[in-house]
Amino acid sequence: MLGIVDYGAGNQTSVRRALDALGLSATISHDAETLSSCEGLIVPGVGAAGQAMQQLRSTGLDALLRDAVNQGKPLLGICLGCQILLEHSEENDTDLLGLIKGQCRRFASDLKEEDGRPAPVPHMGWNTLRNVHTTCSLLTNVATEAFFYFVHSFYVDPDPSQIIAQSFYGHAFTAIVGHEGLWGVQFHPEKSGRPGLQILKNFYRYCRKEDRHAQ
Amino acid sequence: MLSKRVIVCLDVRNGRLTKGIKFSGNIDIGDPVESARRYYEEGADEIVFYDITASAEKRGIFLDVVSRVAQAIFIPFSVGGGIACLEDMHAVLDAGAEKISINSAAVKNPKLISQGAREFGSQAIVVGMDVLAVPKTAAIPSGYEIVIHGGRLHMGLDALAWARQCQELGAGELCVNSIDADGTKDGYELNLTRAISDYVSIPVIASGGAGCPAHLFDALTTGHAQAALIASIVHYGQYSISECKTYLSDHGVCVRQTW
Repeated sequence: MLGIVDYGAGNQTSVRRALDALGLSATISHDAETLSSCEGLIVPGVGAAGQAMQQLRSTGLDALLRDAVNQGKPLLGICLGCQILLEHSEENDTDLLGLIKGQCRRFASDLKEEDGRPAPVPHMGWNTLRNVHTTCSLLTNVATEAFFYFVHSFYVDPDPSQIIAQSFYGHAFTAIVGHEGLWGVQFHPEKSGRPGLQILKNFYRYCRKEDRHAQ
Repeated sequence: MLSKRVIVCLDVRNGRLTKGIKFSGNIDIGDPVESARRYYEEGADEIVFYDITASAEKRGIFLDVVSRVAQAIFIPFSVGGGIACLEDMHAVLDAGAEKISINSAAVKNPKLISQGAREFGSQAIVVGMDVLAVPKTAAIPSGYEIVIHGGRLHMGLDALAWARQCQELGAGELCVNSIDADGTKDGYELNLTRAISDYVSIPVIASGGAGCPAHLFDALTTGHAQAALIASIVHYGQYSISECKTYLSDHGVCVRQTW
């Protein structure tokens, strides 16, 4: 069972629908006991980092997520849920969970695409990955030329050791951050067609495997 | 690199896919959920549903379609038609849509754009614009006027000025539909598409007039659009989405080809 962390910030139902379609069991919850019993956690999120962190702190879910990661429970952050894994965001000068070294930065307003056309913010639409760590279990059976659906104005700028894949919008930026068991994806796997669903499936499989090892 | 998008448009009436035929009303052309699933499988980058149901009482049927679509496809989709207030927006987003498309309601009440953008984020607000070519006047310096009710009501509003206003109010995207080109299959109105694309910094979706893949190419290159809306050319099997995308890719346009 996967736990989709409900902290009042958005797209948990679309993540749930995607997992349902894959036949993967998941529960949307903000309850500490329920989430603790899950084999892995997904932190969704849309909106502003400040608000999200405030919600997490006021509900105590910030501590729960830190403890879960420290105890080795697999975690996948999506979009804003990916950004809050880092230490600090330029978005309203917000302190984040600090689970991954690095910052969240805003895309500059004068970005240019590779063909010289203006690249407006937010970065919204389908984009590819580049400089991919092929050993990442999240990317098993995902074609290297696959596109993913992004909607964001901020991007993560982590410690280089934590960059798993980049994408390009005006400049290279991190699209997948973290390491085995603790991942953040800037795009929306639940809205990225089959390659996105494959990532969710891979995460689920990883969680199940961890469970077997633990026993 | 960010890809250009091919967006399929589906008109829904009383919960069924429909096609408007001039002077003879609407004909039923199938189940919107099944069509959405098919276009998703065929590689549509996004789908837009317009509710053209006449009565407000049948709204529930449409919302049911939206929620069933959300369980069947895993790409973004937007919903338009009959959205006049924040509650309407809430309802379709709760049902699982990513974006809301507003058209005449925004012209009548521009604040709806800023309210929606504040509540749900700019990325969720698409403003649809129906545009008619008119003689240039002091009020319509571009020669493109905003119209509503399928072109029957002229609003005295210059399309370029309105596009800029939509952007300033927080619209995330503009869907620019040429009433002149709509239904002709002679191609998008490229001058209009380009004029608006160059006048705003938010993405523009070209709409109205697609008859073949080359028209999509024109809109995405000459027209400077970020996305092209298609309907009848794929609804009746004339072209498949992958044929459109292969044509675009073969001609150097970056499109999503693996799904």
